[in-house]
Parts: sequence; C-alpha cells; structure tokens
Amino acid sequence: MTDFFGSQAFIGFVYLIASALFILSLKWMNAPPTARRGILAGEIGMVLAIGGTILQLGTEGKLEHIAINYTWIFIALGIGAAIGVPLGMVQMTAVPQRTALSHAFGAFCVTLVGTAEYYLGIHSPAGMPGFKMSVLCCEVILGGLTVTGSLMAAGKLQEVLPQRPITFKGQNIFNLGMLAVAIGIAVYLVHNPNASYLYPIMVGIAVVFGVMLVIPIGGADMPTVISLLNSYAGLSAAAMGFVLNNKLLIIAGALDGSSGFILSVIMSKAMNRSFTNVLFGAFGQVQAAAAGTQEDRTVRSASPEESAGILAAANRVVVVPGYGMAVAQAQHKVRELYDALTKRGVDVQFAIHPVAGRMPGHMNVLLAEADVPYDHLKEMDEINGDFPQVDVALIIGANDVTNPAAKTDKASPIYGMPVLDVEKAHTTMVIKRSMNPGFAGIDNPLYYMPNTLMLFGDAKVFVSNIVKELTGGH
Amino acid sequence: MGTILIDSLFVFMLAGFIGFEVIKRISPLLHTPLMSITNALDAIAVVGAIVLVGRSETPMAKILGILAVIAATSNIVGGFLITDRMLKMFKSTRPTKS
Repeated sequence: MTDFFGSQAFIGFVYLIASALFILSLKWMNAPPTARRGILAGEIGMVLAIGGTILQLGTEGKLEHIAINYTWIFIALGIGAAIGVPLGMVQMTAVPQRTALSHAFGAFCVTLVGTAEYYLGIHSPAGMPGFKMSVLCCEVILGGLTVTGSLMAAGKLQEVLPQRPITFKGQNIFNLGMLAVAIGIAVYLVHNPNASYLYPIMVGIAVVFGVMLVIPIGGADMPTVISLLNSYAGLSAAAMGFVLNNKLLIIAGALDGSSGFILSVIMSKAMNRSFTNVLFGAFGQVQAAAAGTQEDRTVRSASPEESAGILAAANRVVVVPGYGMAVAQAQHKVRELYDALTKRGVDVQFAIHPVAGRMPGHMNVLLAEADVPYDHLKEMDEINGDFPQVDVALIIGANDVTNPAAKTDKASPIYGMPVLDVEKAHTTMVIKRSMNPGFAGIDNPLYYMPNTLMLFGDAKVFVSNIVKELTGGH
Repeated sequence: MGTILIDSLFVFMLAGFIGFEVIKRISPLLHTPLMSITNALDAIAVVGAIVLVGRSETPMAKILGILAVIAATSNIVGGFLITDRMLKMFKSTRPTKS
C-alpha cells in the first residue's frame, strides 16, 4: 500500500485532482458570492500536489537507493511561508507593487529550476534532447525577463524608481536586437546543448531585456504591463511543465498565461492601444506626443461648502475615482461621503474605468476595502449611457479616463481611447490639486467647460470637508 | 519523446482554451483578486523545485532548488492570504452598524 502512495499512477491521480481544483478555483472566482470557495479549492489543490510530490519523492528515493533531503525541503518551505505572510498582509494601496513583486518571485523560481535542470541535463548520461532544450530556453528567457521586468514595475509602483518613462533613441531596435541575440543563442544551444558557456549569456540577456522592456513605461500604463508580465510568468511556468513533463504545471501555467493575456487585451483596448503595440512593449509613446497648448481659458472653482450644497441637492451622483484617490488614501473619506449622501436620499454610484489606477480592478479593491457595497460599483459600459440623467459627476483623482478630447480631438494623443462621458452630467466636479496637467501631460478640456466646477485641494482633505458640511450643517 | 511532446501540447492547448473561457466570465470587479490567485496557483512550480532539493544531485541544484522553493512558497502563502483578505472586503449589502 505504501508503494501505491508514491507510485507514478498515484501522483498522476493527485495531479489530476489538483488540476480540476485549480480550474474550479478560477471558475468560482467569477463573482463575489462564490469567490472565497475558489480560494479553498485552490488551497486544497496546492496542498494535495505538494504532499503528493513529497510522498512520491520518498518512494523514488527508496527505489533508486538515494537519500531524500527532507530537511532542506521543509526548511525552504518554512522560510517561504514566513516571507509569504507579510507579503499577504500588505495594505490594499500597496497591492499593485505586491503583485508585480510576486510575478518576479514566480518567474525567479521557474528560472532557477530551469537553470538547475540545464546543468543536470548536460551532465547526465542521457544528455539534453533538442526538444527539452528548446522548451527550457523558452522557460528561462521568459522567466528571466519577467523577473527583472516585474522588479522594475514594482520599483516604479513603490516609487523607489522614477515613474516617468525613460526613453532613448533607437530603444525598440536595441531591445528587439537583444531579444534576437538571446533567441539566436537559444537556437544554437538546442543544437549544441553542451556549449554551456553560452547559457549564462542567454539568461543574462533575458534579464537585461526585462529591465529595458519596462523602463520606457510610465505609471499610467502599469495596468497593461502588470497583466503582460502576469501572462509571461504563466507561460514560463507552462514551459517548465514541458521540460519536466508535468501536466499540472502545464495546466496551471496555461491558466495563468491566458488570464494575464485576457487582462492585457482588456487593458490595451481600454487604452486604445493595438495588441502588437503592447507586445513590443512600446507603451510609452503617448507621453512623447503630449504637448498641451496652455492658453488663458476660464475655470470655475468651488469651495467645499458650495460643493456640499450642490451634492445635497442632487438626486443622482456618480463618483469617478482614479489613481489620485489611491495616492491621497481618500477611499475611506469617499465612503463617508457616500454614507452622508445616501442618508440624504441621494443615489450614489461609482463609475470604474478599466484602467483607473495601477492594475486591473485596483479601484474596486480600494472601495471594497472602504466598505462601499460592490453592487454600487459600475463598469464603464454599464454606466456610460446614464450620464445625461446624472446630476453630479464627482471626479476624484482621475484625469485621462474622463478626457472628452479622446472622443473629439484627433490631434490628442489619447484620441480613440474609450472614456467616461462625465461632461454629459448636469454638473461635473473635479477634485484636483492644481491646474497642472496630469501624469501624461495631456490637457483636459473638461476643466474649461461651462458646467465643470474645479475643487482645488488634496482629495482626502477636500472630501472630508464636504462630509463635514453635509453632516454638521444638518 | 515525440508522443510526450504531443501529449503535453494537447494539455497546454486545452488548458489554454479552458482558461480563456473561464477567465472571460470573471467580473472586472474581481480582476485584482484574480491576478493574485492565479499568481498563487502558478507557484505550483514549487513541485519542480521540491524534487530538485529532495534529490540534491549536485550542490548547485540543491541551492537553486532551495531558493526556488522559498520564492514559490512565499507566492503560495502570500497569494492565497491576500486574495482571501480582498474577497472578505467585497460585500453587497452594508453591514449593520451599532
């Protein structure tokens, strides 16, 4: 019986169950009521797979008369878990950089395993078959570039690296050249696996390529980049599954890869970029074209008292949050505003643009953290037709996603990008620090429209002043 | 080798299509938790690293394997933990306040 618990058939069966649980886990993630069941399914699958692997390793050790190094397996698992707990407890505002960091960790694991498999393979009597070598090259090239690319993304999101894009002449040609050299080496290695001096060079180029891929990318493009790196991390894990002939890894990698791919497509559509544009990493182009002409146009501003009066008189208010809300940590004050207005009988909803924030779904998580019920969070397509019936559209820290120039001005760098039709609301209020153009440096004609009121100040302070007016003056 | 490759490609192709169909249906509301849970599931790569450490065929394989197990385990633990914390926050009706 003990032999059965470590046999090939047994482990195959365990991996089969784990694969089914992983698929169910993602299936249950489709809506909030079942989503937590999805986590449980994923966890059970994971524990089964790890437990089964260790059992099978023991049986193999007995058959081949080698001692299995259990001590280090458990020490490493323990250290990993100890690092994982603080990474799982970060603040919700730090989720984008945490996600980027975990892409780096995942790809790091895959690259290290690939490297170890390479050196074990070339020194084994069987050598390195061409097929195995080719998928191994895919694994470590994708893995290597994802490690550094994700670290760069995490650094930009944590603001330890400059958020603005760093570009130089011939960047794309230089990058593609590097990638071509790495692929060239990979092809050579497939035919001559024993040319081991080339292996570190190939991995090194991939690692540098990851850095080069992300430096030209600005903060506003991070949702696409994070999704793309997610996809690369998944594909490198799937490639590792091919190398090890492990179907569970192939399935998990393919699921992760397609998830990242779908999210990248959604993000690039929401920014009106073509998918090839995304694939070649040329995300930073918008900035280069941006040059807003600053002329004297009149801007109407309002005080917290006036804004509170307008909001209290409204029947329907739609709040449009953006990255500025996250930066100002204003989500809890926004919830208080939601409470105060709801109490007065005002219908309050939130309009979430797909690329608002720094990663897919960023705004939803922040507002859910602040206890805003998720049935009040509306997607762009769901709410865009309603704006003519909305009394007040309140924009908090969002800019480009509300820019009407995207619909009308062919010269605008964001022309064609789907935006929220906030200017159709009876009154549009914009909380903004100053008239400085936003991150991308694109002028927003919304601010000069006759029904727009500018509320100058820090988002958190301004919203809390409105709340004070609404609750105190009643 | 040939049949193993074809088998693996079949699995990859089918899993890709399943992933596409399943993930397409996920509400944009949950895109951030989706990304953190796929990250945790992806860390199943830990099984490859565990085999490397367990066998410890060369000192290099052992050290690379240990580092790989640490990196992947931190993703598993951290990924499930944060996904759970996020999903706990999503409520559809307001909690009653005292």
